[in-house]
Amino acid sequence: MKPVFETTGTCLNIKLPKEVDHPASELIRRESDRIMGKIYIRTICFDFGETIFMDSSGIGLIMGRYRALGMRSGCMKACHVSGYIEKLLQLSGVSRFLELEGEEKEMQLEGRGI
Amino acid sequence: MENSNEMTIIFDSRPENEGLARVAAAAFCTQLNPTLEEVADLKTAVSEAVTNCIIHGYRGEVHKIRMKCVRKERTIYVDIEDDGVGIADVEKAMEPLFTTRADQDRSGMGFTFMEAFMDEVKVTSQVGKGTCVHMSKKIGN
Repeated sequence: MKPVFETTGTCLNIKLPKEVDHPASELIRRESDRIMGKIYIRTICFDFGETIFMDSSGIGLIMGRYRALGMRSGCMKACHVSGYIEKLLQLSGVSRFLELEGEEKEMQLEGRGI
Repeated sequence: MENSNEMTIIFDSRPENEGLARVAAAAFCTQLNPTLEEVADLKTAVSEAVTNCIIHGYRGEVHKIRMKCVRKERTIYVDIEDDGVGIADVEKAMEPLFTTRADQDRSGMGFTFMEAFMDEVKVTSQVGKGTCVHMSKKIGN
């Protein structure tokens, strides 16, 4: 599965692939840079719904996008986060600025994740 | 010996082989009947070490990476080795958030993840000769 990019107003939604590793992160970084060069983007929402694997390359991607958006509070969001992904987000500290969307959080408690 | 097993694979330092390495290590580990979480931890640690060889050890050039997996009783040992540039200050390289490639959106969390997900991580490196990451994890703790 390839990542899917959609913009709604000034929000860029990125549906992440199954594996957010080094090659996948590079591709997403380049494509989001291209979109942000064309359209004014204020927030980025990462959709982890399909994601079953991530490593520190994915964390670097999130940190880099946060820097690119001027490190404003509330500019980074994530949804459909599984238990395993949440562990990586917390361990790396990016959960400090990455807002997990409410509804999805409840879904996760109902047994999403690994 | 019944309670041991060994596998070595050698592959090119291409980013697409990161997936191959972590899946091979995960498949090797299944003989210990690991939990899904243990498999995910091992895959992340292997992915970190192989990514380091590709980005830092060989700086994008294509050379060989060796991965050796050994099972002894309920412990899996993984050695991931390159013949790249080596690390001058291993202690510094292992600090959380330390990276030489922030421009490429590298997080500096690679060794931190390896240490968090494996029981033991040791790095041996010689500048100009290469680096080997030795990791182990007991399955079914």
